Amino acid sequence: MVELIVFFGLLVIGYVSGQRRETAHYKRIHEEEAFFADKPAVSAKFSSELDNRDILDAQLAVGSVVVSVDYFKRFIAGIRMLVGGEMKAYASLIDRARREAIIRMKESNPNADIYLNLRLMTSSISSGNANNSLGTVEVVAFATAVRFAPEHDGDDDLYSGEEPPLSS
Amino acid sequence: MILTNIESVTGRVIVEHYGLVQGSTIRAKHIGRDFMAGLKNLVGGELRGYTELLIESREQALTRMSAQAQELGANAIVNVRIATSSVTAGASEILCYGTAVRVE
Repeated sequence: MVELIVFFGLLVIGYVSGQRRETAHYKRIHEEEAFFADKPAVSAKFSSELDNRDILDAQLAVGSVVVSVDYFKRFIAGIRMLVGGEMKAYASLIDRARREAIIRMKESNPNADIYLNLRLMTSSISSGNANNSLGTVEVVAFATAVRFAPEHDGDDDLYSGEEPPLSS
Repeated sequence: MILTNIESVTGRVIVEHYGLVQGSTIRAKHIGRDFMAGLKNLVGGELRGYTELLIESREQALTRMSAQAQELGANAIVNVRIATSSVTAGASEILCYGTAVRVE
């Protein structure tokens, strides 16, 4: 009986705080992404933007994050395992982790104008307990941050919407 | 030391190749961190202790790789790749590798 109460208590705590944290995290991700909107991260090694610009320098930029899901979502995912199908509970976890890693990668080298050859790597970290290892992911994003030399006149409309955004 | 993960250093010319260089490390956090991460697992969200662990290990691996390249006389490493895996509970392994070159 006590176990049952503890279990439902954990479910409620997990649900309430998990939802709140996720909403707050998404809000921050949207703000940061808007902030870096004019500095695309592309998975290509070359970009048409490089052709008509002088390059100042190129450096490796890396960003990483470890995120876990809450107790409630882990429970829902456990049920989903029985019946099969898409595990939506984990989808937002992975999405948040990847976007956060890309943002941190950009923050590590904020002066760059474009991030080439973006690579994303995901792996799960275990924290000792077999049950806990499920639902904790670690994402590393790395790219080559390229800085352009200061622009000469008349090229300003390069970013003003003529081209479709390159970021994925 | 210039690091990039494309085949060249944008805006520079590669004059010499020195071959593959690599650096790796396996690090763990103390048990208190593991315990806090276990608690954090309940409510979800970022596990800062482990993010820190990742950053530390990555920097160490990159430093080791750069040192190896420096010994060879290189001033840049191109095509850098980072690989990660967990070897045992609570520990993270990071491997960085790339091609040491000299650019002008």
